[in-house]
Amino acid sequence: MKNKLSLIILFIFLIFCFIVFYKGLNNSNIYTPKITNKKNIPTFKAKDFHLNIDITSEKVFEENIYYIVNIWASWCIPCRKEHSLLMELSKNQSVKLIGLNYRDNLKNAKKFINELGNPYSQILIDTDGTLGVEFGAYGVPETFLINKNKKIIEKFVGPINQEIVKKIKLIIK
Amino acid sequence: MKTLKIILIVFLFTCLTELKSDEKNDNLKNKILKNIRCLVCQGQSVYDSESDFAFSIKLIVDNKINDGSSEDQIYKFLRDKYGNWIIYDPKLNKNTYILWILPLLIFLLGGAIMYKKLSIK
Repeated sequence: MKNKLSLIILFIFLIFCFIVFYKGLNNSNIYTPKITNKKNIPTFKAKDFHLNIDITSEKVFEENIYYIVNIWASWCIPCRKEHSLLMELSKNQSVKLIGLNYRDNLKNAKKFINELGNPYSQILIDTDGTLGVEFGAYGVPETFLINKNKKIIEKFVGPINQEIVKKIKLIIK
Repeated sequence: MKTLKIILIVFLFTCLTELKSDEKNDNLKNKILKNIRCLVCQGQSVYDSESDFAFSIKLIVDNKINDGSSEDQIYKFLRDKYGNWIIYDPKLNKNTYILWILPLLIFLLGGAIMYKKLSIK
């Protein structure tokens, strides 16, 4: 009787382990931080890409409109892929695009913009990647949608696609 | 000559204190970096990683220590930006309570079995 009970307990335990590991198989192994509550934009001071002067976050996000912060670099291949979509988004009057040039060579970055066009109303330089960390980014490309209350409401890891563009347009219209 | 000796001793003492303080900061920095997960690497801490992400985090931690931030404040900052996953040592909350309580339960259960077996003998 006692042995039977132990066997049943062992069996239930093994079934439990199997379910836990089986469920774990379906989980993605790429970690994406979730935006559970809307976060305020970080306060920072950064260098302007074209003018090479210091600029504060208050000055960058001073207008009462939606903002898209896009982290990019000339060495990043997926950034090239998403650039045409950013150009498309930049035509929208209700949103301003802010570029964050991530750990890049300034000469190559300027060449990139001259070649593919400039969708950004302002580009900031992030030479050591610390500004990206302030936004909660961990690579390039990454895109953040900021609402009129200056809160980050969406975060897109990796290059944006048509589906994401549609989603952004739906939010900002 | 005596004054010179005193100045020399004070100078050496200041250097030594500064060295000690640098060593303390380095130890704290390494301790924190070893407890931060590199989110773009496979099973590596920021301390072990040479990735761009790890480089930026190392700089941030260094700056925060120099600014006088405490260990907890640095963890809080990183948790706010990246969530609980970035810290290897998870805090007790509704998602992690099983993780914290299970070893204690197993310990108590094992203890109870051992006590029962020993008392029978």
